[in-house]
Amino acid sequence: MLCLEGLVKQYKTGDRALKGIDLDVPDGQVMALIGPSGAGKSTLIRCVNRLVEPTKGSVRLNGQELTKLGQGELRMARQRMGMIFQEYALVERLTVMENVLSGRLGYTGFWRSYFRKFHQTDIDEAFRLLERVGLDHMVDKRADELSGGQRQRVGICRALIQDPELLLVDEPTASLDPKTSRQIMRLICELCEERKLSAIINIHDVLLAQMFAQRIVGLQLGEIVYDGPPGGLTPDVLTQIYGEEDWESTIEAVEEEDGDEVIDEEPEAAGGDQQAPDLGRDRMAGMT
Amino acid sequence: MPVQEKDELKSWQRRDRRTQLTVWAGYFVGMMVFVWCWQLMSEETFWDFVWDAPRQAGDMASRMVPPKWGYINALWRAIWDTINIATLGTLMALVLAVPTAFCAARNTTPSVTFVRPVALFIIVSSRSINSLIWALILVAIVGPGVFAGIIAIGLRSIGFCAKLLYEAIEEIDENQVEAVTATGARGPQVLAYGIIPQVLPAFAGISVFRWDINIRESTILGLVGAGGIGLHLSSSIANLAWTQVSVILLVIIVTVIFSEWVSAKVRHAII
Amino acid sequence: MTAATSIGPSAPRRWKKPPLISNALVRWCLWVGAGIYLAIALGTTEVNWGRVLEGVPRGAKFIGGFFPPNFITNLDEILSGLYESIWMTVTSTVVGVALSIPIGLGAAKNLAPAPIYYACRGILAITRSFQEVIIAIFMVKLFGFGPFAGFITLVIATVGFYGKLLAEDIEDMDPVQAEAVKATGGSWFQWINYAVQPQVMPRMIGLGLYRLDINFRESAVVGIVGAGGIGVVLNNAFDQYDYETAAAVLLLIIGIVMVVEYTSGYVRKQVQ
Repeated sequence: MLCLEGLVKQYKTGDRALKGIDLDVPDGQVMALIGPSGAGKSTLIRCVNRLVEPTKGSVRLNGQELTKLGQGELRMARQRMGMIFQEYALVERLTVMENVLSGRLGYTGFWRSYFRKFHQTDIDEAFRLLERVGLDHMVDKRADELSGGQRQRVGICRALIQDPELLLVDEPTASLDPKTSRQIMRLICELCEERKLSAIINIHDVLLAQMFAQRIVGLQLGEIVYDGPPGGLTPDVLTQIYGEEDWESTIEAVEEEDGDEVIDEEPEAAGGDQQAPDLGRDRMAGMT
Repeated sequence: MPVQEKDELKSWQRRDRRTQLTVWAGYFVGMMVFVWCWQLMSEETFWDFVWDAPRQAGDMASRMVPPKWGYINALWRAIWDTINIATLGTLMALVLAVPTAFCAARNTTPSVTFVRPVALFIIVSSRSINSLIWALILVAIVGPGVFAGIIAIGLRSIGFCAKLLYEAIEEIDENQVEAVTATGARGPQVLAYGIIPQVLPAFAGISVFRWDINIRESTILGLVGAGGIGLHLSSSIANLAWTQVSVILLVIIVTVIFSEWVSAKVRHAII
Repeated sequence: MTAATSIGPSAPRRWKKPPLISNALVRWCLWVGAGIYLAIALGTTEVNWGRVLEGVPRGAKFIGGFFPPNFITNLDEILSGLYESIWMTVTSTVVGVALSIPIGLGAAKNLAPAPIYYACRGILAITRSFQEVIIAIFMVKLFGFGPFAGFITLVIATVGFYGKLLAEDIEDMDPVQAEAVKATGGSWFQWINYAVQPQVMPRMIGLGLYRLDINFRESAVVGIVGAGGIGVVLNNAFDQYDYETAAAVLLLIIGIVMVVEYTSGYVRKQVQ
């Protein structure tokens, strides 16, 4: 359970990126955070693991207050939160394996990590995860040799090997093509399902958000303007979040796709029963 | 605005009047400075010598051929010394430049107010003083020989390597560092996983690049007594042994081209 | 795919960081070779430790010269040397850059026909092989002692440096933009002016300023072999063991280099 209370972030330039956010994310919930550029989505998730220091307010993860932690405790807390980045943010000149193992750095001593002598259990776990995302044949490839979708899957492995309680996902599909975007979103949701993880996913693409998330939060100018199920995103709501635009077509498109991809769609389904769309075993096809 | 409306006709100019005037004024001032400097120089020049120079050059060239090929046997040791001065000097510089660079880079320095200015001062003073001047100082202090040359090259190269390296460190992709930080890694681990892999190619490139430059620099250190082939060059010129001078020049060209080839190969292999 | 098929517990798989050079033999040969070279190189470096120890007090005296440096006694000499260095720097940078533009254009493979390309590349290779000081020795022989020899030296060095970088920059430019301008049917000079110049100009202005900075530093060195500038003063000071004056000159050089560097850095930022 992640609780944000009265979270405020004011940058040195005076911009108030967040204006008192109150938000609870229960265990096992996949929540999508939508909103226009500059709404504060990135700032919000970075305030959770304090890559950006919040100015005011509290962030509690399973009861532990994160905003008051010292450096050492903060590192321990960060180990419990996996993060997935927009431009993958892999260390490009390290191999796939090194990138995945870097998720265990917090649990490994400096010299062990420097000589790449990770614990065998970590290495086993890394292989298992890479196998799970279909990349176990690329272990020793350098990260900059991979395609966008492959890199993002390495990024997912790096976040999951931390054995996190919460996933912070920042625009996972912003640099991917539409097909790969869906595959990545699907993978993230499945993995959350498997591990009973909760996740906050920043996402530009309203369509993807509606397809995969159980709950949608709309952010505008640092304030929450919508919080509810994907079905509740009406043209009016979208206008409120993004501004005037013809939203009918977006929603229609979603409904058409809902028809053949999602099992059932109930307007009020925000609870644990609502699952990420299950598409059968051939879902990994095309991903490798 | 470059676009002006006049009598309902839009006229377009590359710059508006004010910018145009500033640019012209800039050119004018530049020209004046240049002409003035040229005049100062011309006052101190014996133009007769200048007009006589082509004849002199021809004369000198004719005395240089044919090169005295046998002389090369006296040079092997000097060539070896020259290469060693460059290589060992570069190694020494790298060892000292790495910590300096990390202290000087805004994103890795332990303290922006205290450590960074010191590191920058080291870089600037090392860079401002040419290796020949360093050699001049060091020959006076530790005596003539290869040792003075190595240290001179080393001291001069610290600034160069550290400057390029710290710029590379400042230009790294912060996202990658952020990602490693987000895993809960310790400070040194962030350095080893997030920063070093990103600057390693730049580091290798800088080392080889500087080594290449140092080969060239070490050919002259002998002029002030700091070992290497320059010693033979200055004594041959002093004795007017022009046929030896041409051999030395050829040797220098070959060495420099060789080092340039090596450095190009290595840089190619790294990147 | 693979993910779905293997679910059972797999045997522990080892993982080791792949080495940079995959061929083990080559890798070890390189390490051993480097070790042997270092051993021999260090072994043949003759260090007369007795002499080095003797130098320690002299070194201390030299450092002592900085506290305080002596600007006063040889003020006239220092100032005239400094002036000389400054205008040598300005003239040689301007002339050098002007000369290297045609040579640089000629040495760019995508602009020049083969014979011109090889001729210009040859000029650049020769001007770059020799350290400035070696060129200066010969120029002093040809033109006599004094700043003109230094001027010619720095011009040659500037051409070698600037021409090469200009040529490389032109070779690296975006061919699509160049093609688009060519497609409009302009003349060769128009093409250079509209397609090539805008792409290379900002960097070239920056490099010109950088070369100004280098030329000032070099002007301090060519003086040591008699080609004018502040180096002459410095050399004389060392010859007379006048470390206070030497320190003053060195501080002046550092100061001016810093000023030039900061200004050129500022200007470069404005341009780019």
